[in-house]
Amino acid sequence: MTDRVGPPLWLLAELTYRCPLQCPYCSNPLDLQAGARELNTEEWLRILTEARELGAAQLGFSGGEPLVRQDLEDLVSHARGLGFYTNLITSGVGLSRERVSALKDAGLDHIQISFQSTDEELSELISGSGKAHAQKVAMARAVKEAGYPMVLNFVLHRHNIDQVPEIIALAESLSADYLELANTQYHGWALQNRDSLMPSRQQIEAAETAVNEWRQANPGGMKLFFVVPDYFEERPNPCMNGWGSMFLTVTPEGRALPCHSAAALPIDFPDLRTESVSQAWYESPGFNHYRGEDWMQEPCRQCPERDRDFGGCRCQAFALTGDAAAADPVCTLSPHRALIDEALIRAGSHRQRPPSPLLFRTLANSKDLIASSGGL
Amino acid sequence: MKPGEIPRLHPHLRFQWEPAQEAYVLLYPEGMVKLNGSAGEILAVCNGERSVAEIIGLLTEKFPEAPDIETDIIDFLVTAHTNQWLVSD
Ligand code: SF4
Ligand code: SF4
Repeated sequence: MTDRVGPPLWLLAELTYRCPLQCPYCSNPLDLQAGARELNTEEWLRILTEARELGAAQLGFSGGEPLVRQDLEDLVSHARGLGFYTNLITSGVGLSRERVSALKDAGLDHIQISFQSTDEELSELISGSGKAHAQKVAMARAVKEAGYPMVLNFVLHRHNIDQVPEIIALAESLSADYLELANTQYHGWALQNRDSLMPSRQQIEAAETAVNEWRQANPGGMKLFFVVPDYFEERPNPCMNGWGSMFLTVTPEGRALPCHSAAALPIDFPDLRTESVSQAWYESPGFNHYRGEDWMQEPCRQCPERDRDFGGCRCQAFALTGDAAAADPVCTLSPHRALIDEALIRAGSHRQRPPSPLLFRTLANSKDLIASSGGL
Repeated sequence: MKPGEIPRLHPHLRFQWEPAQEAYVLLYPEGMVKLNGSAGEILAVCNGERSVAEIIGLLTEKFPEAPDIETDIIDFLVTAHTNQWLVSD
């Protein structure tokens, strides 16, 4: 199997877990201190060079908030020189007009700004900052003026999904080129907050209708992406297009992962401080763990659909069933599908019960979680 | 497509040869399209200066054996405009 492995095509560089915001659906690991010993500039430059040599073409700088890295411009300019298409995935907090143009000069191709809501109040509730929303709007304008293609990203959940028509209107008024309506994926912090974040089926359907109506009325207009959350489907997503098939994530400390959630799996992943990107991608036991089909169990093992979804997400299988090689419980053929249905029933009945409090992504909450689990 | 039209790459896209994929690709925010051989060859000569007529002339000369090359080029240029890969004024 390993002899037919293709090169990594996408590299997600998680530069830091530091972030001024505290979104309760954050995709960072619960153990934020696992990012404390950040790679230095030289180490990142080497990793970018090696990944590009293998064939990676798309590069996302993310975090945490990647803007807190003062060497971001140097990393961008190196990456662009290597031929990467460079994406910056930011909350917009810490951005300024000066930095927007400095990054442009460094060769940055695209800036994606993530929003929490269309209004200040909800934005503050989710992100913990009362000033963030106005800052994001101002920076979206600056990004557009500087000539970048503009992508706005909204992570959707129960508290903001009813705003989809207003979200589309806001994106239009900012002349966005792309609008990503990304339903929360229930890993890490979002899984901790699942009962408080999961929308009801009616909410999803209303949002989808609003998206479709806008698309019909505006052919050739801004590109809208809306993906129904996997909990509401009968089959899992083809996670990462197959484990170790094209996606490579590098954590702030230099751990190479097949996806940004995989750090939670009980697997040893390669350390790029001591190994090359090529060794990590092609030779490490971590990356080869779930390549191919030999690891599969029933019902995936003989399933005719296994080359379409690869059995779904390993991280979701592990988080919900305790077995990372199980079928993704989203699949209605999985013996664990009841776990998903129970969560959906709770989401559908949320109007009858008091909302549970959100657990925010803060260093203090991270330490408490790690202490109470006896270390993850 | 009129013969005098001058197609150029949409300003938000990047077009480049990727040795690892042995193909031309289009890169855009968080996305990548791997182009088949003929699509790559056509886009490679859409430099924002050549007209449709010149593009057809150039490629017919380069690939004299290809049958119906003119129709194929025009079909592709139309699709590429619909996909907003190419724009012309
Ligand atoms: S999701 Fe929110 S808290 Fe997490 S890195 Fe992004 S902006 Fe920061
Ligand atoms: S049984 Fe496994 S392979 Fe088949 S559809 Fe479900 S998750 Fe996919």
